[in-house]
Amino acid sequence: MSDFPHTPPRQSWTFSNDVNAEIRRAAATGIYDIRGGGSKRRLPHFDDLLFLGASISRYPLEGYREKCSTDVWLGTRFAKKPIHLEIPITIAGMSFGALSGPAKEALGRGASAAGTSTTTGDGGMTEEERGHSQTLVYQYLPSRYGMNPDDLRRADAIEVVVGQGAKPGGGGMLLGQKISDRVAKMRNLPQGIDQRSACRHPDWTGPDDLEIKILELREITDWEKPIYIKIGGARPYYDTALAVKAGADVVVLDGMQGGTAATQDVFIENVGMPILACIPQAVKALQDLGMHRKVQLIVSGGIRTGADVAKAMALGADAVAIGSAALIALGDNDPAYEAEYNKLGTTAGAYDDWHEGKDPAGITTQDPELYKRFDPVLGGRRLKNYLKVMTLEAQTIARACGKNHLHNLEPEDLCALTIEAAAMSGVPLAGTNWVPGKTGF
Amino acid sequence: MQTFDLEAQGLRALNTTLHALKGQTNETAWEIINPKGSHAIAVGLDAPVDVTVRGSTGYYCAGMNKQATVRVKGSAGPGVAENMMSGTVIIDGDASQYAGATGRGGLLVIKGNASSRCGISMKGIEIVVHGNIGHMSAFMAQSGSLVVLGDAGEALGDSLYEAKLFVRGSVKSLGADCIEKEMRPEHLELLADLLKRGEADGKAKPEEFKRYGSARKLYTFNIDNASSY
Repeated sequence: MSDFPHTPPRQSWTFSNDVNAEIRRAAATGIYDIRGGGSKRRLPHFDDLLFLGASISRYPLEGYREKCSTDVWLGTRFAKKPIHLEIPITIAGMSFGALSGPAKEALGRGASAAGTSTTTGDGGMTEEERGHSQTLVYQYLPSRYGMNPDDLRRADAIEVVVGQGAKPGGGGMLLGQKISDRVAKMRNLPQGIDQRSACRHPDWTGPDDLEIKILELREITDWEKPIYIKIGGARPYYDTALAVKAGADVVVLDGMQGGTAATQDVFIENVGMPILACIPQAVKALQDLGMHRKVQLIVSGGIRTGADVAKAMALGADAVAIGSAALIALGDNDPAYEAEYNKLGTTAGAYDDWHEGKDPAGITTQDPELYKRFDPVLGGRRLKNYLKVMTLEAQTIARACGKNHLHNLEPEDLCALTIEAAAMSGVPLAGTNWVPGKTGF
Repeated sequence: MQTFDLEAQGLRALNTTLHALKGQTNETAWEIINPKGSHAIAVGLDAPVDVTVRGSTGYYCAGMNKQATVRVKGSAGPGVAENMMSGTVIIDGDASQYAGATGRGGLLVIKGNASSRCGISMKGIEIVVHGNIGHMSAFMAQSGSLVVLGDAGEALGDSLYEAKLFVRGSVKSLGADCIEKEMRPEHLELLADLLKRGEADGKAKPEEFKRYGSARKLYTFNIDNASSY
C-alpha cells in the first residue's frame, strides 16, 4: 500500500478566521466588540440598480445646455419657515463628542458653500457648527444632552430622533476616552466615564405622545421650524405612517449602512434593514396617506455617489443625507496616515475604532494634539467639492433620463440587476417585467 | 393681573402672548383660566413673570421654562416642567409621569404625589415632592436634587450619575448602581434649603431623610458587572 497524501487543510465557512478571531477576542477581554461606522456586510444596495437612460421612447436633455434643477424645499407641511436647499444632499447628524470641534466646523463650511444643511448630534449645539452652518438642523434626542430652548430657536429645523439605521432600538454610547472636559460639561457628565445614552425618549412613549411632544416643540418655537422625525430602517411603512400621523414635516429614514460613532458590532451587523429595502416602503406609506411630496422624505445609509443620490430619488426620496461619506471627504481613513493606522493595528479604509479617540486624521477625536492636524477650512473645501461632484453626477444621470429636475426621476427609470434588489426596490429585474412578489415572471 | 381665557382664546395665542414678554415688561402677573387639561400650556417662557393656571393641565405644562414662576392650581399631566432651565414651577395637586424630566435648572415643587419616572435624566433641576413618587424615578439622573417627603417606588435612581436623592419614607427598591449614602452636614444644609424653598419646611426635617446616590460601579464597563445592566 502506498502512502496517501493528507487531505489538504480545509477552513470552515461557519468558523472562518474572522469568526474565530472574534471568539478569541471575546474570551480574552470579556466585552463585546464596539466600533464606529455602519454595516460592513455585502448588502443589496444601489449598486444593484441601473438607470435605463433615454432612447426612442424617452428623449434626453442636453448635458451642458438644458437645465436640470436640484433644489428642494423641506418642511412645507406646517412650518412657517420651511427650508430651501440648493442641493438635495444634506449632512446627517453627527455629534460634537464623536467628532472634534474643527470637524464640525468643516462640515458647516462645506455644506454652506454647497447650499445645503448640517445636523447636530447627541451632544448639543456648538458654536463651531452654528457659526459656520447656514442651515442647521438641531437633533432632539433621548439623552437631551445640551438641550435648551435658546438653541431650539437658533436652529433652522428640529429633528426628533427616534432611531438610527446602525442601531434601530439602541441608544448611543460615547466611551470615556472621548469624554473630555468640554464634552463632559456640555453633557452634564463626570469626565472620563463611559457614557450611555437612553434608547427611548424620557418623556413620551408611542405615536400619540409623540404628537403632543411635537405640539410642544412647535409652541416653544412659535411654529417656525420644520420638525423632522428620524427613524432607523426597522419597519419603515408603519414608522413613516406614524411619523406623518404624529405631525412630522419631514421623515428621515436611515438604513443599516448608516454609520454610528460607537455601537456594538453585533448590533450594527444584525439589526435593521438595508436602505434599498426601506425606501419603497416609506414612499408607499406616504402615497397611501396622500402625503408623498407633502411630507418630505430624506434617506440615508450608504450614499456615496451621485448615482446613489439619483437612485434614491428615483425611488421616491426628496433628498438624501450623508455621514460616513462626508467624513471620508474630510480625510477620514485617508491612506496618507497608513503608517499610523498600522500602529493602531488596522489599515486605511478599515479603521473603525472611532470611540477610542485616537483618529490619526484628527476627525473622530477629542485629543487636541490630534485634532490640530485637521484644517477645517481645507476640510470644508473638500466637502464642498465632493457635494458639488455628487450633484453633477446626479444631474448627468437625470438629464440622460430626460428629467429637468432631480425630483422628476422615477422608478420607471430603473431596472434591477438581482432578484433580491428587484424584490426590495420594487423595480423590475433587468430585461424582464418581473418584480418578485408583485408580477409573474 | 392679566387674565387669559385659554378655552376662548386658544393655545397658540396664549404662548405667543407669553413669549412676547421676553425683555422688559410691566405685565408680570398672569392668570390662565379654563385650561381643561390642555397640553403645552406656558411652554418656552423666558421672562421673570408669575403665571397661575387655574385648573389642571395636560402634557408638558411649563416645558423648557426659563425665569418664570408657573403655579398650577390643580394637577399636572405628563412631563410637567420638562427640560426646565430656571425659574419655579409649583403644582398644587399631583403630577403624572416624567415630572421634571431632563430639567437643567430651576425648582419644581409638587405638593401632591408624582407618578413614575419623576426626575428622569435630570440634569441640574431641583425637585421637591411633598407626597410619594412612582417607579423608575431619577432614572439616569445626572445632576441636581430630588427630595421626596413620602415614599419612593421601585428601582429608584437606576443607572444614576451624580444627582442627589433624598427620601423621607420607604424606598421599595433601589435601581442598578444606586446605594444609600452617608448624610453629611452639607447635605442636611442643602436639604433644609430645598425644604424651605419647596414650601415644605413645616412638614419635614432634614434629619428624617436618607440620602441615595451613585455607587459609580457602572461608570466604566466591566464584564463582572454585566448582570447589573
